[in-house]
Amino acid sequence: MSLPAPAREALEAFAACPGWEQRARLLLQWGERLEPLDEDERNEANRVDGCDSLVWLVAEQRDGAWHFRAASEARVIRGLLAVLLARVDGLDARALVALDLPAWFDQLGLARQLSPSRANGLNAVLKRMAALAGR
Amino acid sequence: MSLMSPWRDDFPGLSALAAEGQTYLDSAATAQKPQAMLDSLLGYYASGAANVHRAQHLPGERATRAFEATREKAARWLNAVSTEEIVFTRGTTESLNLLAYGLEHLFQPGEQIAVSALEHHANLLPWQQLAERRGLELLVLPLDADGQIDLDQAAALIGPRTRLLAVSQLSNVLGRWQPLPELIALTRAHGALSVVDGAQGVVHGRHDVRALGCDFYVCSSHKLYGPDGVGLLHGRQEALAQLRHWQHGGEMVLHADYHAARFRPAPLGFEAGTPPIAGIIAFGATLDYLAGLDAAAVVGHEAALHAKLLAGLAERDGVRLLGEPQVALASFTVDGLHSADLAHLLTEQGVAVRSGHHCAMPLLKRLGVAGAIRVSLGLYTDGEDLERFFSALDKALELLR
Repeated sequence: MSLPAPAREALEAFAACPGWEQRARLLLQWGERLEPLDEDERNEANRVDGCDSLVWLVAEQRDGAWHFRAASEARVIRGLLAVLLARVDGLDARALVALDLPAWFDQLGLARQLSPSRANGLNAVLKRMAALAGR
Repeated sequence: MSLMSPWRDDFPGLSALAAEGQTYLDSAATAQKPQAMLDSLLGYYASGAANVHRAQHLPGERATRAFEATREKAARWLNAVSTEEIVFTRGTTESLNLLAYGLEHLFQPGEQIAVSALEHHANLLPWQQLAERRGLELLVLPLDADGQIDLDQAAALIGPRTRLLAVSQLSNVLGRWQPLPELIALTRAHGALSVVDGAQGVVHGRHDVRALGCDFYVCSSHKLYGPDGVGLLHGRQEALAQLRHWQHGGEMVLHADYHAARFRPAPLGFEAGTPPIAGIIAFGATLDYLAGLDAAAVVGHEAALHAKLLAGLAERDGVRLLGEPQVALASFTVDGLHSADLAHLLTEQGVAVRSGHHCAMPLLKRLGVAGAIRVSLGLYTDGEDLERFFSALDKALELLR
């Protein structure tokens, strides 16, 4: 299956990273790309409980395709959300459910961000997406 | 100045972590273990396991002796009056829950329990929930700017309706010793019981429960360089006598019928079921190891490390300490930065520190911070660990600014 263009871009950029420092810089840069959420979209219903930082996820379905927007107080988490959205945006429910997101983060060299001891909310975001798509 | 820990080589976990490029500065969460403890743990299993207090056979007798020897060592470590005052639990959290259930019958609606604003969830939630069950009022003793319970305000709040005070000896977030003698005297003057959460305090220096004069003192083995799954509840004999039994099962019973039973007094009456035998025996080995160290040298080393930690943090722009820590740890935020970002970049560099709310959400909310980074020290920490932390912190700050 062909990757969406933003996902291809992420993969090329992260695959070229020689080390943690460049990867961290890249994550911070990608975090800046997130489309900001309105204040009223940062509400309880859209909040995904992480632990260290608050994360909000707004999901809409248009013509069968899912579109997500997300925000976090923490810049690294924003970066992680950005590379996640790059991969999932525009997928239909079936493709979303079938998608192996841990493998996606692994390809980017970010697999450890999904470890169970991490409290960054990324796992919770993945769960929320799966629940939305499974509805 | 390089600060070498002469005890570092006694802790094999540290060289294993170093080989992985990890710098361990999270000892306040759990400590690394001395070789003597590992040998004891393996030795118990390798020489033939047996249950305690049940069987007449030789393996059972050997296990029971070793198990009870730890009770003696723990009693000596805390200067308890006797081994009867030491109840083994699964940790500080269980000790506190045991108390909140075992003392429940003493409370009448409208009475008060006092805790402080800095309590770890383990010393807040059992009391909060007890208050809810019995219709009690939970008093929260405020802190001063340094992070110490404010004695004037405590004296104004604690009164004749107060039946129990539960406070930490040393804050896991603020690293500050609490004014226990004054608080315990205040509590006693009103005829209330005192509970001290020694989870952090017991690790730093030696503490004497008789001198402290509290009714109950609780702590965990795993922070004191022992195995996890083991905790202590120390109670003065008269205080223990007020506890109702809470977990029922094997070995805590004197006489059982289908419809009624009579139970043992403390300690065994509060140790239902098979205890963590290996862990308790190995905790004894840890206490032997610790008892063999030069206590003044340990305190001196930890104080020098802590001073270096505070000095290094003070040198960096925008770093803000939570409270004024005195020992063992320092929690901080950096102006304009989210602690989750800092934590991420420290983790990437192999520095193991804690970030987040440190199981003290109400305290962090009161301090007005969403999260903080905590660096914590053990007797095996050395100056190089701190130097690695500081260079990683500088790199993280450079990336984020």
